Amino acid sequence: MSIRERLSGNEAAATAMKQINPDVVAAFPITPSTEIPQYFSTFVDNGLVDTEFVAVESEHSAMSACIGAEAAGARAMTATSANGLSLMWEMIYIASSLRLPIVLSLVNRAVSGPLNIHNDHSDAMGVRDAGWIMLFSENNQEAYDNTLMAHRIAENENVLLPIMICQDGFITSHSIENIELEEDSEVKKFVGEYHPKHYLLNDKEPIAVGPLDVQSYLFEHKAQQAEAMKAAKDVILQVSKEFEEWTGRHYGLFEEYKLDDAEIAIVCMNSTAGTTKAVIDDLRNQGVKAGLLKLRVYRPFPGEEVANALSHLKAVAVLDKADSLNAAGGALFEDVTSSMYVAKKQVPIVNYIYGIGGRDTTSKEITTVYNDLQEIVNTGKIDNPYRYLGLRREEK
Amino acid sequence: MTEINPNTPMEKMTIGGDIYEAGNAREFKTGDWRSMRPVFDVDKCKQCGLCFPVCPENAIPVGKDDLKRKDFNFDYCKGCGVCAKVCPFGAITMKEEGV
Repeated sequence: MSIRERLSGNEAAATAMKQINPDVVAAFPITPSTEIPQYFSTFVDNGLVDTEFVAVESEHSAMSACIGAEAAGARAMTATSANGLSLMWEMIYIASSLRLPIVLSLVNRAVSGPLNIHNDHSDAMGVRDAGWIMLFSENNQEAYDNTLMAHRIAENENVLLPIMICQDGFITSHSIENIELEEDSEVKKFVGEYHPKHYLLNDKEPIAVGPLDVQSYLFEHKAQQAEAMKAAKDVILQVSKEFEEWTGRHYGLFEEYKLDDAEIAIVCMNSTAGTTKAVIDDLRNQGVKAGLLKLRVYRPFPGEEVANALSHLKAVAVLDKADSLNAAGGALFEDVTSSMYVAKKQVPIVNYIYGIGGRDTTSKEITTVYNDLQEIVNTGKIDNPYRYLGLRREEK
Repeated sequence: MTEINPNTPMEKMTIGGDIYEAGNAREFKTGDWRSMRPVFDVDKCKQCGLCFPVCPENAIPVGKDDLKRKDFNFDYCKGCGVCAKVCPFGAITMKEEGV
């Protein structure tokens, strides 16, 4: 039986970690994820978990400690944001290449500079090709649920990759909303125990982890990582199915909101999906066939499935909450458009960079995106596919 | 563990390059990395036992019965010079390799 509660996104993530009761948590505080290790350290002090809490001196050390713990055979978790993730950068690649299923709670924040502590997705986008599974969460419930599923996905022997659970800084992490929690004992049963096949503290099998990987070997090891990432897609679906059987809450690779019969649609991730749903309900009342594709699984990128889900539309807008600064559109836009091209699905698509540095994105602004899409449908013309939403510009 | 070599297909390789057995460093001879060579002077050596514990490559053999150090194992000595530094009697001198 689920328990009705009201928690912030950070409390939701910390509560999931408490119920998972990992062997090791190593973390360094950084806004807006600070509360996660803060709450967790009180759980440790109050004896609610058996976890070894390592209060490291930097995020580089936080990830290093998690790597050491996982290689030793333990279950390790951490949390960070923005520049904390930037400082982990070197070890982020070590974690994935050593195939250690670490679980990281990433509370999305703009990577400085100029200095900004508010929400966008530039931190996550900076590590999008680092070999980590990346799940995005619209609200506190999804942050909680994704965290409960994380170990089952990452530790699967066909996967063995680290995973990060993303939620929007402040917008989700500091907003208190209703949530359904599961019983501790049920979580324990679902997550299960971690028994790695090979680990450093096994005295029956002395092993070496992370040896020099010269020209004859690194290529094949990278290809193994790529294969594991592909395999993760089915594992995510399988774990999500089992999760649904247990909790009744459904999760796929992405959520389609009124997309079936839609003519125009937005693709976005995290909390903006909530605003978009409200706008869609409004537009539907006015007879506008608007829809949404909210991506949950960003890595592995479900290109084929996304292309199929968007193929019937007359116009699509991809919303990127991080600017790739590359004169060729945001990362999500590039992923969606290249997937469509490869799948031979031709739909007019435009890109909007929005919400940078925590800039509010209102329902009014989302409505203008749907208006723009209707304009594209009516005229059949796209004057500029690379656009901004909510940016101040000089009147022309 | 199965033998892994430069012809092994990716499907047969261990993940992350993990090595699931101990003591296999001897399969990789690293002596040809050496640019400086330690020269052992048996007459100056007092068999004090300071040199072989500091050798990172275990390239100073010690007799099982007489417990005396022998000449270097040049299959593995990388010429780091730690042994020459630690020797109190000048029994090890570093010479440039190939001169």
